[in-house]
Amino acid sequence: MTTAALIRTEIVQPSRLTLILRYLRRNKGLAIGLFILLLLVIFTVYGQATADLSHAYPISVKSKQPPSWEFPLGTDFFGRDLYVAMVVGLKETAIIGLLAGAIGTIVGVLLGFISAYFGGWLDVIVKGICQILTPIPALLIQVIVAGSLDKRDVTIYTMAFVVVLLAWMGPTLVIRAQVLTMKERQFVSVAKLSGMGDLSIIFSEILPNLLPFIAAAFVNQVFYSVFASFYLAVLGLGPLREPLLGNTIWAAQTQSAFFNNWWWWPLFPALALVLILGSLALINMGLDELANPRIRRTE
Amino acid sequence: MIKLIIRRLLFLILVIWAASTITFFIPRLSEKNPVRERFAELARTGGFSPADMEKIIASYSAKFGLDKPLYQQYFDYISSVARFDLGVSYNKYPKTVIGLIMDSLPWTIVLLFVTTVLSFVIGNLLGAIAAWPRSPQWVRTLATPFILLQGVPSVLMGVLLLFFIAFKLKLAPLGGAYSTGVIPDWSSPAFIWDVVHHQLLPALALLFGSVGGWTLSMRGMGITIQGEDYVNFAEHKGLKGSTIFRDYYLRNALLPQATGLALALGTVVSSAIIIESQFGLPGLGRVLDAAIRSNDFLVIYGVVLFVTIAVATLMVLMEFVYPLLDPRIRQD
Repeated sequence: MTTAALIRTEIVQPSRLTLILRYLRRNKGLAIGLFILLLLVIFTVYGQATADLSHAYPISVKSKQPPSWEFPLGTDFFGRDLYVAMVVGLKETAIIGLLAGAIGTIVGVLLGFISAYFGGWLDVIVKGICQILTPIPALLIQVIVAGSLDKRDVTIYTMAFVVVLLAWMGPTLVIRAQVLTMKERQFVSVAKLSGMGDLSIIFSEILPNLLPFIAAAFVNQVFYSVFASFYLAVLGLGPLREPLLGNTIWAAQTQSAFFNNWWWWPLFPALALVLILGSLALINMGLDELANPRIRRTE
Repeated sequence: MIKLIIRRLLFLILVIWAASTITFFIPRLSEKNPVRERFAELARTGGFSPADMEKIIASYSAKFGLDKPLYQQYFDYISSVARFDLGVSYNKYPKTVIGLIMDSLPWTIVLLFVTTVLSFVIGNLLGAIAAWPRSPQWVRTLATPFILLQGVPSVLMGVLLLFFIAFKLKLAPLGGAYSTGVIPDWSSPAFIWDVVHHQLLPALALLFGSVGGWTLSMRGMGITIQGEDYVNFAEHKGLKGSTIFRDYYLRNALLPQATGLALALGTVVSSAIIIESQFGLPGLGRVLDAAIRSNDFLVIYGVVLFVTIAVATLMVLMEFVYPLLDPRIRQD
């Protein structure tokens, strides 16, 4: 009787959710980052569902109003409700970040894999191109790309494309380095000796072990894409009609918002971006810890 | 050593070639003809007929060599880049692009040099002390906000500082190089103080935007180095704590940080440029900002290419400094 009861209590495995929650309690950076990101998502989804989205565009509400009950974040010089502009801006920032982040990571994983796994001249070329492009400041080169586009044609999708054009080298080099070390591990040799093909080794042996690194590379890439698109927008190279956060700050600067006492105009988008980039940086640090347990031990 | 230098120089030339090739081809992939764009703008405001405009465009295209075949344009462009000839500004016509850059460069260099050195020193010291087990608690607490801020770019710091320090507390001006109405006179201390006063906030924005990155990576480096045998050995030999900190711990942790400095250079320069345009400082940033606003293509390409070449050159040059810092590299 007693032994059976004992065994039963010992066998009970905590559910996946409790395991994740327990891990998050240890990895505080990851937890806080995810929490802030969740709040931002809730804010955006709620606003998207309840607000009149046309108020994010010029001449829709009374202009130059300070924050009040009617306009929680105020309105700008052009007659945009800045609360609605923030909702739409957050959504568009998320689209650019996720799209450019995903494309950059996929290209990086593919190139890094091919380059490291097959080696030879292919590896030399991929690595050489990455090394030559790395010292070139991508943020500035994308200024040329965006500056050459017709301003009327620029959409958030072209922005994502411009950003990703010079941002695949980072993930490529990271994944390449990881595959290179993994290729020499014993489980890969065993798989090779037992007659597995290249593709099945890649997908069933190496890829699962790479997942934490790919996740970290993805978050890193989203962070970079949000930052890079913000860089373009704040220089006035974004899709000028859209209320992207960077565009709003740029517009406020052009109209000398602080000189004119319209402090709320640039302040709130800047705070929102601090939250987005800060939470992504925290998540990134947390994932680093997940992927490299060596850091965990030294803390 | 000679072989290393030659290899590095060849690499530098490759990087510069790649950068100039990208800046040449990307604008030409789009339909935009810079000359046409410029005259279309003039035609809207001024009053000449479209037929005249076509003739003017044709003659200007010939002058700037835009009617030649693409490969010919490419070779002309590469050879002019090699001669540091980046063309003329459409907007401030007689001025050359390189002239505009040279006029504004000193401002950017001073701002960049001061903030980069300060942030490298402060950030690394903070990080090293934060990771050092024997340092007082208050220093570790001091490092935490900087680490949390390391993801926030300088431009956002700029907005926040403008709001709190310049707008709310009125401790600093809201922008500009010096007070309006003041005549530049570099011999008067009052004028120099005025300039410094205007540079303070942008410099702080750049500093806050970059210190955290150094703190974070230095702390990580410090934690790894503490576990090394030579640090343990030094401790067991009974060396003074300050000696271990300076000669065994800091010196070894700083080496990878110097590499990081070279890698961060591109981002640092890009941030400085955007901060200058944000605060209306007379530097490369304002030149770029004005060029973007007025569609002054050659100036945009020129500034970007110039900065790219400068950053790449600095990065390669810094690799020559490593052997001075690290005796292990010197022997190879």
